[in-house]
Amino acid sequence: MTDMTATYAALEPSRAEKFRQRTVPLIAFAVLLLVIPLFNPSRSMVTLLNHMGITIVFALSYNMLLGRAGLLSFGHAVYMGLGGYFAVHVMNWVADGSGFWGAVPVFTMPAFGFGAGALAGAVIGWPSCRRAGTPFAMISLGVAELVAAAGFMFDSLFGGEMGISGDRMSGPEFLGLSLGPVDEVYWFIAFWTFIGVLGTYAFTRTPLGKLSEATRDNPERVEFVGYSPQRVRYLVFIFAGAFAGMAGGMSAVQDEIFTPENLSLIPSGAILIATYVGGIRYFTGPIMGAIIMTYMGSNLSDYTAGWLLYLGLMFVGVVMFLPNGIAGIVYGTTDTIRAGRLGEVWQSWLIRLAGLVLIATSVITIVEVAFRWSEGYGEVFEPFGLHLDTTNLLTWVLGVVPLVLGVLLVLKSAKGESK
Amino acid sequence: METLVFALLNGVIYGLLLFMLSSGLTLIFSMMGVLNFAHASFYMLGAYLAFTIMEGTSFWIALFLAPVLVGLVGMVVERYGLRRVHAQGHVAELLFTFGLAYLIDEVVKIFWGRTAVNYRVPELLDFPLFTLYGAQYPAYRIFILFVAAFMLVALWYLLKRTRAGLIIQAALTHPHMVGSLGHNVPLIFMSVFGVGCALAGLAGVIGGNYFVTDPAMAVQMGPIVFVVVVVGGLGSLEGAFVAAMLIGLLQTSAISINASLADIFGFLGLGPHTEVGEITIASMAPMLPFLLLVLILMIRPRGLMGEREV
Repeated sequence: MTDMTATYAALEPSRAEKFRQRTVPLIAFAVLLLVIPLFNPSRSMVTLLNHMGITIVFALSYNMLLGRAGLLSFGHAVYMGLGGYFAVHVMNWVADGSGFWGAVPVFTMPAFGFGAGALAGAVIGWPSCRRAGTPFAMISLGVAELVAAAGFMFDSLFGGEMGISGDRMSGPEFLGLSLGPVDEVYWFIAFWTFIGVLGTYAFTRTPLGKLSEATRDNPERVEFVGYSPQRVRYLVFIFAGAFAGMAGGMSAVQDEIFTPENLSLIPSGAILIATYVGGIRYFTGPIMGAIIMTYMGSNLSDYTAGWLLYLGLMFVGVVMFLPNGIAGIVYGTTDTIRAGRLGEVWQSWLIRLAGLVLIATSVITIVEVAFRWSEGYGEVFEPFGLHLDTTNLLTWVLGVVPLVLGVLLVLKSAKGESK
Repeated sequence: METLVFALLNGVIYGLLLFMLSSGLTLIFSMMGVLNFAHASFYMLGAYLAFTIMEGTSFWIALFLAPVLVGLVGMVVERYGLRRVHAQGHVAELLFTFGLAYLIDEVVKIFWGRTAVNYRVPELLDFPLFTLYGAQYPAYRIFILFVAAFMLVALWYLLKRTRAGLIIQAALTHPHMVGSLGHNVPLIFMSVFGVGCALAGLAGVIGGNYFVTDPAMAVQMGPIVFVVVVVGGLGSLEGAFVAAMLIGLLQTSAISINASLADIFGFLGLGPHTEVGEITIASMAPMLPFLLLVLILMIRPRGLMGEREV
């Protein structure tokens, strides 16, 4: 018996390991959040960072469902939207300033969003969490359509097509932040992003968090051990709704407006894509996905009309070839380097990289030329001084030859790896 | 009476179109377990291809060619996309088709623009067929009725009265056994996927000029088709038919009812000028299918006529 316990004790990570793996990344994240303003980012950059923070919390809450509990939801924006709507209403009560609400600082809005999101999750989750898999996905789709349609119907709650706006500068100041200029909003977002990351991470360490993963992998065995998978799903669903509502509260303060569009399938689909592309098997995957997608959404759309197409291609590519997402690449690479196996694989990696670059060249050429052709203004795609129009032979060569070569190279490197 | 007859006629036509879309989806769903999110995108593709072919040649060539082309696209998608993702489970498949729907939307916008195209009813069928209660009824709607009914009978004959149909039915429930008997199950899957997509394309060809052909048509139709499949029950064409008719009639008759909630629930004290009381049945019509979906999944998860649970 003592032998057994001794072996188990040896299997447990040491305190130093625990500290390095669990506490250090969180401290590093906090330091990063504190350091960013020292670089004097521009106003638009700060706005972008704020949106990244909101999306990070939203994506992490979504991954509580998709990655951890294995529940594919097509309507997660409902909870962010309802949380956000409640926060906007509270902001308006604060602006009225009578009684209790007069003393509530706007800084605490995400907490109200958290509560509203949890309540929405508790109400809607009750019928939808009885089944996992496809039925769950279908119910979430139906609920999302219903709530979005209701959003356009009840004007006093959702404000119709115009939505409802609030004023973040009302109410008492908290920690000397008036929340007027965006760099003051940055501190608000940074604080709540950290709380969101900490909260969702802490959740994965709780027995409920562990059980949700067990339910994803094998609900029958969970039932044998004596837990109800349905109940586990339901509880996880409430927490996921709560954190989504928190992101809604953050968004209410940053953007000061919520419209029924925020409840619809479009933001739900966007967060699904961001989370999956980031990598649902890692805790940090959704964070990476949120950062990249927010950045692409705000910057790439200035460069090219086809950014939604690139987004779609990227998503389909990840689903087909990279089920672990971007986080999978990052951790796979660092693991290989740490294990000292870089020497064995660098050739195959270089071939694959070259292949991917070639494929990207072709895809970008095709998409850009096609979009300019489709708009019909006679505009021509001119990268690096080349003049690529539809009659130019070079356009067709660039659209086809690198694609074929790239696919061949990637296949070759895949073959080399499997050997 | 007048509204009732028109609602009934239009409801049946809408229901038949819905069935044409959902019959392919329900076959694919029950055979491979893939709920094809992109199914309505194939419907859109059919409408757009028919528009282009009709510009070059005639509507009748488009009626045959466009579904065939859509079916071929579907087969390619199954062979090189879905089959690859299949090993990763149903959630990955659902996500793949979700991404595919996204891509088809964007590609359609590139080729045909962001606004509606002028896809019109062919001149040969562009006349009022009969006059009913003083209102003229267009011949094209009756044409839709006939095409859909013909397709329905053909599908029924193919599945229930031919050898190929027998094998497909067997592969629905026992794919491994069918494989052991020497049939090429992946090929069956690919063909069923292709035929399902071609049916969606056909619905697009005859529905695109009945409704509007624009890039939003897939997003509008898609979720309703899911509702039909789930409400009808997994693997049941009869169920899909009943559900499609039910939803078609429900939606078209709801649109023609002008009563508000206050008129109906007035006896409960709901005032006509409160926010809830002012909602009319007509404005609730788009919500009804989803209400039905949620209710069915909660109360009877195997759908109206399904043999297995979803």
